[in-house]
Amino acid sequence: MKNPDREWIKKRLMNAAIIILAAFSVLLLRFVYLQIVEGDEYRRLSENNCIRLQSVPAPRGMIYDRNGTLLVDNIPSFDLKIVLQDAEPVDETIAKLAEFTGITLEELMERVDAGKKVSIYKPIVLKKNITRDQLAVVESHGFDLPGVRVEIEPMRNYIYKKSAAHLIGYLGEVNPQEIENNIYSDVRAGDSIGRYGAERAFEYMLHGKIGGKQIEVDASGRLVRVINTVEPIPGKNIFLTIDATLQQKTESIMEGQTGAVVAIDPSNGDVLAMVSSPSFDLNDFIGGISSEKWKALISDPNKPMSNKAIQGEYPPASTYKIVTAIAALEEGAVGINTNYFCPGYYKYGNRTYRCWKKWGHGRVDIVSALEKSCDVYFYRSGEALGVDTLAKYANGCGLGKLTHIELVNERSGLIPTAAWKKRRFGNSWQGGETLSIAIGQGFNLVTPLQMAMFIAAIGNNGTIYRPKILKFTQDYNGSLESRLEIKNEILGTLPAGKETLKLVKEGLLNVVESEDGTAKRIRIEGIDIAGKTGTAQVFSLKKSDRDSNRKFARHLRDHAWFVCYAPAQNPVIAVSVIIEHGEHGSTAAAPVASDVLRTWLQIKGILPSVKVGTM
Amino acid sequence: MFDRRLIENFDWGLILITCLIGMVGLCVLYSAVNAGEPGGAMHLLFQKQMIWIGGSFTIVLFSLSIPYKLFDRGSFAAYIICIGLLVAVLLFGKYVGGSRRWLALGPITMQPSELMKLSLIFVLASSYSGVISESGLAFKYLIKPVLLLFFPFLLIILQPDLGTALLLLFIATSMTLFVKVKKNVFFSCLIVAISAVPLAWMFVLKEYQKGRVLTFLDPNRDPLGAGYHIIQSKIAIGSGMLYGKGFLKGTQNALAFLPEHHTDFILSVLAEEWGLIGCCVLLFLYFMLLLWGLNISYCCRDMFGSILAFGITIMIFWQIFINIGMVMGLMPVVGVPLPLISYGGSSVVTNMIGIGVLLNISMRRFVVV
Repeated sequence: MKNPDREWIKKRLMNAAIIILAAFSVLLLRFVYLQIVEGDEYRRLSENNCIRLQSVPAPRGMIYDRNGTLLVDNIPSFDLKIVLQDAEPVDETIAKLAEFTGITLEELMERVDAGKKVSIYKPIVLKKNITRDQLAVVESHGFDLPGVRVEIEPMRNYIYKKSAAHLIGYLGEVNPQEIENNIYSDVRAGDSIGRYGAERAFEYMLHGKIGGKQIEVDASGRLVRVINTVEPIPGKNIFLTIDATLQQKTESIMEGQTGAVVAIDPSNGDVLAMVSSPSFDLNDFIGGISSEKWKALISDPNKPMSNKAIQGEYPPASTYKIVTAIAALEEGAVGINTNYFCPGYYKYGNRTYRCWKKWGHGRVDIVSALEKSCDVYFYRSGEALGVDTLAKYANGCGLGKLTHIELVNERSGLIPTAAWKKRRFGNSWQGGETLSIAIGQGFNLVTPLQMAMFIAAIGNNGTIYRPKILKFTQDYNGSLESRLEIKNEILGTLPAGKETLKLVKEGLLNVVESEDGTAKRIRIEGIDIAGKTGTAQVFSLKKSDRDSNRKFARHLRDHAWFVCYAPAQNPVIAVSVIIEHGEHGSTAAAPVASDVLRTWLQIKGILPSVKVGTM
Repeated sequence: MFDRRLIENFDWGLILITCLIGMVGLCVLYSAVNAGEPGGAMHLLFQKQMIWIGGSFTIVLFSLSIPYKLFDRGSFAAYIICIGLLVAVLLFGKYVGGSRRWLALGPITMQPSELMKLSLIFVLASSYSGVISESGLAFKYLIKPVLLLFFPFLLIILQPDLGTALLLLFIATSMTLFVKVKKNVFFSCLIVAISAVPLAWMFVLKEYQKGRVLTFLDPNRDPLGAGYHIIQSKIAIGSGMLYGKGFLKGTQNALAFLPEHHTDFILSVLAEEWGLIGCCVLLFLYFMLLLWGLNISYCCRDMFGSILAFGITIMIFWQIFINIGMVMGLMPVVGVPLPLISYGGSSVVTNMIGIGVLLNISMRRFVVV
């Protein structure tokens, strides 16, 4: 061991210097090779920036129903594009283009100005989906239109137009901020992404991975050769839980009505049909909706753009009595033998709360109270329970909170508590308000989907599922091995014991199947239906004036509810129906639900099918 | 206290070379940020770079009053602080382009991995200066340096920033070879390293990671990303030919085909506008800088200073070699900036501090400690 001296260090530093010199020689030789030996070729390639990237779009996954009925596919669209660098003089080229195609100069210039900011070497989409005549004229004037070209890109095609529009949803062009913030992977300016419904919720599955080509072009932008290609990866096909036949039948029943219908498979939470009426045509959104059409849609008082099944918040009315019944039984406020006398009204403090039946129901127990929808019975139950206990049970039944369906902008409804009122209005809860709450009026708000999940849970003896709209996915080529089932999710169980459920179900069965039931008119032979009607006040009227409701303007009329499941013993379907301003649950909503039930039972082979049109 | 000889021995030569390179850098940066984008926000980058250079130069001048000997004792503390910053980056770092490299400290964002390069050099110099011998180091003396490299290497890999991690590996390896290891140690390490690669390939790396490594080694596997940048960079460099297209006349740069034309790919701007002649001038200036650094290492009288000077010189060398190799398509595309030329505060500060340390060692070459 010897401590190094200067000479030793010098030797090692010399070695380092030699290595550095060698490395620099390599770099120098490379410079000489690129700039002198290959310099001419690179100078040529640099003149018009000849090596460019051309993207190859990835086809978007297709959308089917649960049985493989195609709902949405892709068709070729002829897109008019321009590369500004090759289009000199740009103004002249655009003017000619406007003249040949009939597209206005302003529209073209707007796209050009927006595209300039991105790159003059990348194609700018001037107009998507041009007509065959426009295509012919552009192709034949190719030499007068430098830098202009037509590219075939896949475009969405919504086969059933308005059918299931809210569920399927549409696409919209991605905006510059979204690109900048990298919200979506593999998206270029001008691309479309899901903006509504399943198209939005399953964007990450439907959207494939974009491919591209490295190409060499000549001075006027024409392709010389393809240097390298990366194939695009198409998106996944998705299979929704809805049944196209049931969906379309339900839509035809709802034609002309404003409201929503949700049909659920109580055994797993599958959404079999989801209708929000009126609807809109998805094809109007392809390539951007025109502003007149958009204005018409959003100014329509019946709100066709809102998915009322998940966004419509309505007072639950008498359908809420199921919650009150569960709470009263579970808390011991009433028992199987509790009887109340209904004289047609109930006095609370110095106010009189009326039953919907002017002359009263006489003696009622829990089962007949549900069957006849006796208000007095539930006033008294509610009074015994108090608002906060009722709210606890309502929440336990899945009301007042999101169902977590995979669609954006779902509303949670509202289940009031004393604390909520204090926060919201600053004054304390009044005992009388509890009475209104107990029969589903007052501040209560629920969505049709929440009610559907709730009644489905009653039908399946207590399991609350997360509503499911996606059944399975498959690769774009449809290979069977790629099939991927989506699992059911259980969110919880109803806060109701076996005995309670048995009584509630008996009451609901009697609503349809007993002689005094409020919905006895909708019976289907051979099948037991269990359900509950509801009539939600839109405008506060004295009970005595209610029969003259018809005299009022339509927007003041009551909303009609019906929730049900069938067959009552072992349900295969649960349905929730709201008809806005339909007046009575029993006359407006229940028949709709009955038709939906019948259709599904026929599809399932539980009822013999009848020729279409004779139902 | 202040020694007159420090002024007399001030290394004006090193200052001159640094200033020349810095001026070339500012010219090229001016071209890179202005071409194709008259006025506007890009000017801001040029101003910021001036501030970074000016600011770090001032700090360096002040730091010259501290004898570098003190860095020996402080090196481990600095190293620990840098490790802490690297951990902080992983926890709170800013995501840019899929990796966490930046740490926001008030208005300033910094890359701790840049500072880590310097502090690793300090701590290795400190460690080796005590054990260096002409016969080479035995295995037991390598354990500490290997550990010192391992932690920052791992933390930077996790960001992930493969380029900077490899740079640390190259710097540490170069310094170790400089202080010399025993032949048997050298060969056994070599065998371990060579056999570890296929083992890691087969058993450790997942399929997508292998894909990334292959793309890293061969950019043509990614023709729409790195492969495309390399082609555009080669076109820019090649099209400069012998004399170049002239100041502000480059076209490739103006078209923003190279997303990082003012940072990692800035050499392509210089090569396009100034041609082979410009490139030779830059290579010559860099070569002079490196030789100057090696000479400072030789003139220094204590082992710590000598190894430290070598480490800093070799750090600058590796950055130059990897960056230029990368833009000419000789090496994988990694985020290694060109010293004193590329835009970027952390890079400027790191290299300026490096130069400052060289000055510090150089001016104290005749001071008997």
